[in-house]
Amino acid sequence: MTITETPAGGTAPPAGRPRPNRAPNRRGPARATRRRTPWLLLAPALLWLFVFSIWPSLNTVRMAFTNAKPLGGTERFVGFDNFGYILEDDQVANALLNSVVFMLVCLPLLTILPLLIALLVEKKLPGITFFRTAFYTPVIASAVVVALIWTFMLDDRGLVNGLAQELSIIQGPLPFLTDRWLIVLSAVSLTVWKGLGYYMIIYLAALGNVSKDLHEAAAMDGAGAIRRFLSVTLPAVRGAMLLIAVLVCIAALRVFSEVFIMTGGTGGAGGEALTMVMLIQQYSRGFAGDLGYASALSILMFFVTLVPMLILARINSRSDR
Amino acid sequence: MTAVNEDQRATELTGHVATKAPRARKTRGFGSAGPGELVIRYVLLVFVLFISIGPFLWQLSTSLKSTSEDIYTRIPQLWPGDPTFDNYLRVMDAIPVWTFIGNSLFVAVFQVGGNVIFSTLAGFTLARLRFRGRKIVIGLFLATLILPGEATIIANFVTIRNLGLADTLLGVALPGMIATLNVLLMFNAFRVLPEEIDQAAVIDGANALQRFWNVSLPSVKGTVAVIAIFSFIGAWDDFLWPLIVLTSPDQFTLTIGLQYLSGTFSNDQRLIAAGSMIAFVPIAIVFAALQRHFFKGVEEGGVKG
Repeated sequence: MTITETPAGGTAPPAGRPRPNRAPNRRGPARATRRRTPWLLLAPALLWLFVFSIWPSLNTVRMAFTNAKPLGGTERFVGFDNFGYILEDDQVANALLNSVVFMLVCLPLLTILPLLIALLVEKKLPGITFFRTAFYTPVIASAVVVALIWTFMLDDRGLVNGLAQELSIIQGPLPFLTDRWLIVLSAVSLTVWKGLGYYMIIYLAALGNVSKDLHEAAAMDGAGAIRRFLSVTLPAVRGAMLLIAVLVCIAALRVFSEVFIMTGGTGGAGGEALTMVMLIQQYSRGFAGDLGYASALSILMFFVTLVPMLILARINSRSDR
Repeated sequence: MTAVNEDQRATELTGHVATKAPRARKTRGFGSAGPGELVIRYVLLVFVLFISIGPFLWQLSTSLKSTSEDIYTRIPQLWPGDPTFDNYLRVMDAIPVWTFIGNSLFVAVFQVGGNVIFSTLAGFTLARLRFRGRKIVIGLFLATLILPGEATIIANFVTIRNLGLADTLLGVALPGMIATLNVLLMFNAFRVLPEEIDQAAVIDGANALQRFWNVSLPSVKGTVAVIAIFSFIGAWDDFLWPLIVLTSPDQFTLTIGLQYLSGTFSNDQRLIAAGSMIAFVPIAIVFAALQRHFFKGVEEGGVKG
């Protein structure tokens, strides 16, 4: 049996390109097999795409108009009720505000600091692989593990409060894990620390494309390190920087484990520090759960995460013009 | 003195790399760094190192401190006064750690296997075979990228429940077995291979699977390694999805078990520290062992896409 598709590169080759061995197989069983092969190879991935991405998106929209319960049972159509509840729900407004504040603080930190670290590890010095691996370690650790470490360090009697009091920076312990905005800030510090290595790698790949000739020419012309960074390096990593800014925003809007663990699943006193995803999770379980409402919240979350993507698309199209 | 030495070694190293692979030239620093710059660089590197792994060391140290030692001293004591493994033994009494580890491994094996095999096949098909509907399929995969996983997590739970898989490890493992992102990463990796390498094999009469196995796959090993590592980390570290799917303690994965441990023994920091180290150390070892492949794969363009 000979199957002889011509390879397709990135795009379909222009007409008239020679297609080796194609003619002899025009007819017969070989051709049918040739047609089926791609779909056979794709089948598992396509099945998963439909069952676990496309169908759930549609189902989320459907369920948002019902009163579906976590334990099953009959579902009733409730119209726009769930969306009406969202508008009246103070916890949703709180969660949205928390998530957005969290995002706005993370954004500058995680766009700039990883670039500086990437510049630091870019040069192939002895031992640099060790440093790169070590800087990446927080990325591979579970958010649960990291949040437990942070919980201990930010405890009233923990490392941070103890040291800060010893150095007389503060008089009494700061309530990092109980005050609403301090919880958000603690989650930011954890997220930034855990994200540094991840975005460092993306910058590192981008820095590989910075023209050395341009750098050397600028140095010849007497440009200092900072000047070279601003006029050679920065323009070259601009694309990576935009991408990272959007990735940071989306990741920030999805924050869950960090705040969940640091507040013992409560989201602070009265759920003041809940995030969007924590709210969705709360409605996903048990007798008090409400999958219809959770689905409506999911749709809200989808549109919120769409905003940074649209802004990126806008910036990209403007710079192309 | 040492700085000068290191400077020389650095030049040798970069010179060596430059002759070995033309690609590596790009990452070499231009000019030669003076000893002053080197000292500053290493000081900064050590400073960032301290920030990156300091918290892990602090947790490790706490997990090794005996109950007679104060873990809340104002001046932190990094070195345990009387190191002991007692806390680890106590974790094993408090929760069925080995069961949780086994459960996490079960999920991880499914997801690593699924992603490595099926994403690779799908990525190859989309990048190297021509067939009607190919562009539509690529578009579908790309379109679902904008869906944050959390936005469909409720509906996915309903699917798993309706399949009768609620509160099972298979239910935890199934949705993540073929991730869209991995399919697209493999697509990208296969796409950039030169077309010529295929054409020679086509003339030799190789069929699609033979070309996949003998010609294309060996060229994208780096990206496959990245996907395998990321899938393992993703499965091992995942928290929200198993939290929604699982209810019975004997099905808990390690992260859920850890949350249970910290909720039940919230006043026992040594115990929690030991528990979190049990979850962290295996993945740190896996990563340390494979980091060479990981960074090589990233350089190949695995993450850039």
